[in-house]
Amino acid sequence: MSDLSETQTLTGPAVDEIDRRLLAAIQHGLPLVPRPYAEIAAGLGVSEEEVVARLARLKQSGVVRRFGVVVRHHELGYGANAMVVWDAPDDQAPALGRCLAGFDFITLCYRRPRRLPTWRYNLYCMIHGKTREEVLSNFEWMMNRCNLQNLPHAVLFSRRRFKQCGARYHTEKKTDHVASG
Amino acid sequence: MSRPAEASALDATDRRIVNVLQGGFPVSEHPYAEAAAGLGLTEDELIARLKRLLADGALTRFGPMYHAERMGGAFTLAAVKVPAEDFERVVGIVNGFSEVAHNYQREHAFNMWFVLATERPERVGEVIGDIERATGLKVHNLPKLEEFYVGLRFEA
Repeated sequence: MSDLSETQTLTGPAVDEIDRRLLAAIQHGLPLVPRPYAEIAAGLGVSEEEVVARLARLKQSGVVRRFGVVVRHHELGYGANAMVVWDAPDDQAPALGRCLAGFDFITLCYRRPRRLPTWRYNLYCMIHGKTREEVLSNFEWMMNRCNLQNLPHAVLFSRRRFKQCGARYHTEKKTDHVASG
Repeated sequence: MSRPAEASALDATDRRIVNVLQGGFPVSEHPYAEAAAGLGLTEDELIARLKRLLADGALTRFGPMYHAERMGGAFTLAAVKVPAEDFERVVGIVNGFSEVAHNYQREHAFNMWFVLATERPERVGEVIGDIERATGLKVHNLPKLEEFYVGLRFEA
């Protein structure tokens, strides 16, 4: 499955200029006032109704992947996170990826290109946990359940986080601020 | 590793707010009132608690998570082997790029892993080239080829 072609079909009619301004206006967060969409609408010179309709459409088309609170996982007690990578045969990678994606402690799971000879791994997932022991025990359990024991793999625990801003939309470059560090 | 102090400052209502609102927030004229009703709170109470959770740092943001590719932009993961003695210098350079969304030091020879989010797909290669020139290090571009799961939800 080529991700690029999938993306292009799903995009359909591209986001228009007002969508772009709307996405830029809310990228740092929604105003904490009773009618936040009215406040955004006023800033954009459109009606509140139009903002609501556009956001609903952007959610439905998947441009807005999720809308709600974005947690700082470290501050919630999820102090341990590991990126786990496997060197999976290309023809088996999709089935293995789907198997890994079924565990509730997995937050992300992707296939990415190898960079031989220095980087042989192509299947990635992220495991978050409150402690390293919890992450490792979940990793072992998952590896057994998906029959991955015999594939070359590596566990890369994070040591420090320098930025956690999420995906940003850089239309308002000059006013952009680093919201978290 | 012990639980940070901030986490224990969340009471049961805060936890419910975080858990429920990670899934979604209404897009309607009075979204806070609507979300508050579902949580058994008043609109004012919900707004006040969200303000506090943001101020305390339990929440990074309250708003949208975008799908960069569907906006015509691009996302990639990049890995660099940074000599230990050079790490601080390189981190300073890399984090100076506004396209770097997050950056982690990990325990491996490839010890720096960062995500680039750019407005246009062509920008990814340009930024990687700029980072290579600025740091003198090879940056490995590891774009996703297939997505199996994106959850990124945390039980508070």
